Amino acid sequence: MIAVEHLTKRYGNVTAVDDLSFEIGDGHVYGFLGPNGAGKSTTMNIMTGCLSATEGHVKIDGYDIFEEPDKAKRLIGYLPEQPPLYMNETPAEYLRFVGEAKGLRGAELYKQIGEVLEKTKLTAMRNRRISALSKGYKQRVGIAQALLGDPRVIILDEPTVGLDPLQIIEIRDLIRELGKEHTVIFSSHILSEVQTICEKVLIISRGKLVAFDEPENLEKSLTAPGEITLTAEAEPEEVEALLEETGAVSGMDVKKEENGYARAVLRTSEEDIYAVSRSIFLKFAESGKVLLELGLKKADLEDIFIELTENGDREVPSDGEAEAENGQKTESGRETDSREEDSEEKGGNEP
Amino acid sequence: MIAVFKHEIRNYFHTMTAYVFGAFLLAFTGMGATLYNLQAAVSNFEFVLSFGSLIFVVIVPVLTMRVIAEEKKQRTDQLLYSLPITTTQVVMGKYLALLVVYLIPLAIISLYPLVFSQFGDVYLPVAYGSLAAFFFLGAALIALGVFISSLTDNQGFAAGIGIAVILFNYYSVSLAEHVSSTAAGSLAAVFVLVIGLGLLIRYLTKNESLAYGFYFLAVAGLLAVYLTTPEKFEGLLPALMKELSLFERFSVFVNGVFDMTGIVFYVTFAAFFLFLSVQSLEKRRYN
Repeated sequence: MIAVEHLTKRYGNVTAVDDLSFEIGDGHVYGFLGPNGAGKSTTMNIMTGCLSATEGHVKIDGYDIFEEPDKAKRLIGYLPEQPPLYMNETPAEYLRFVGEAKGLRGAELYKQIGEVLEKTKLTAMRNRRISALSKGYKQRVGIAQALLGDPRVIILDEPTVGLDPLQIIEIRDLIRELGKEHTVIFSSHILSEVQTICEKVLIISRGKLVAFDEPENLEKSLTAPGEITLTAEAEPEEVEALLEETGAVSGMDVKKEENGYARAVLRTSEEDIYAVSRSIFLKFAESGKVLLELGLKKADLEDIFIELTENGDREVPSDGEAEAENGQKTESGRETDSREEDSEEKGGNEP
Repeated sequence: MIAVFKHEIRNYFHTMTAYVFGAFLLAFTGMGATLYNLQAAVSNFEFVLSFGSLIFVVIVPVLTMRVIAEEKKQRTDQLLYSLPITTTQVVMGKYLALLVVYLIPLAIISLYPLVFSQFGDVYLPVAYGSLAAFFFLGAALIALGVFISSLTDNQGFAAGIGIAVILFNYYSVSLAEHVSSTAAGSLAAVFVLVIGLGLLIRYLTKNESLAYGFYFLAVAGLLAVYLTTPEKFEGLLPALMKELSLFERFSVFVNGVFDMTGIVFYVTFAAFFLFLSVQSLEKRRYN
């Protein structure tokens, strides 16, 4: 359906997208995940024909977006990061313009407008001014616009940013719903979101694709370390000695807490985590020391995300680009709500 | 293109823009008609148009300031880029809508000579010939306004620059009499023009070597001509200012000559600036 081949985009000497290649098949919901400034918006803008590429190709169902934009664009509905709305119009007027521009005429146009208003639950709002709508509704108008013309691919750039929790849930449900009939690609820097909605995840960092798989497979395929925490009624040295005996522990940190108990954090491989904790329990029981707490933490997608994107960070500072991109480094991989930075990223795309 | 055209037309008539533009144009020509045709009892309607053309300095930039600048500001240009329409269709759709907004008050004005002819001798061919030229003059200025709007995302800035440029064009003939007509003075002026063009090339193409190449060739060419035949530069600046004045060409029509080269000039001028507007929009995609 969509083939991205060796896509590169440079702004001056900053490389926003670096030799990115991937293929997306028909159907399903794809999540486009990456820290702020990773090149998500830039890639999406190129895929939809809003931006040129320095090198590489994007093919939508075999049509090159640069060479046959008319045919390729008819297959795509796009919602940019900031919904492109004419504030002094009503959703009905706005959708009429977009529908006409997508080549819909007469009865078909009105039928489709009715359908997308229904799908996005905007029917009651159709004759209000867009400027008077809440942010969640504005986002829906943006999505409705993307749905017009019944495109096979729907690309949504951070559709849930800036919405309140209830609106976020509604938009996520809508995306899930759309995934039944269309190929949906949506970007996010929020991991849990991608994990809950997507059937496949693309993780990009520093303009490069670092992972492309199903969320479960990503968790499996990467041997991220497991972590065991425990609190025991014993001296730190005793705890250390007991833990050494269990083996299969790659690193540990034992401290004496203020309340007199010893607290230890140890790392082990994920497969061994149950076996290790079992033997820890038995060893402590044998020696008559009391275990007050024993906690296991398995690697989740978030750890994988952090690991992948931070590894990406380490690769980059080999040349001059590092300095220009430094600003984004601190935020990378953290699931924080940093919209300000996001808008900076967008501003950077401007000439 | 039709979608963009219809959308723009709806927008102009939903907002005040079309009405304000029409009202100002009608009020100004109405004032002219009162002064010349009624009070001074002159039967030449073309004088009214000559007088009325001054209002273009203000109303054209006000009409065109938002046409592309606002799209950039609201980021709706992203929508236009992602829709299956070309930037040429976008610019042409917008331009045609502007022409319609402009034609409506013009249609009303076109009744004046007929009304006046009921009460005296009006030489209709000159009156309507001038009116046709008046349309082309406005159309050329609107194209210029569209281009200026495409350079910025600030409406006020677009309007300000538009007023300055059209005002300069309006007075360039009177100014031409006061500027230096020596060869050296003209050479300096042409250099300034070359620098301006070079900056425009650089802005539109983002290609420094192309801009510098243009500078080099233009400066070398100018110096070669200046050193071999300096008399070619004599009086060049005033001539150039007259040549480029849209309003000066209009006065030919007012004097009773239907000058086809003038019409061709207006159409070419409009086409040139619409072409630049398309390039300016495309440039954003190729930054």
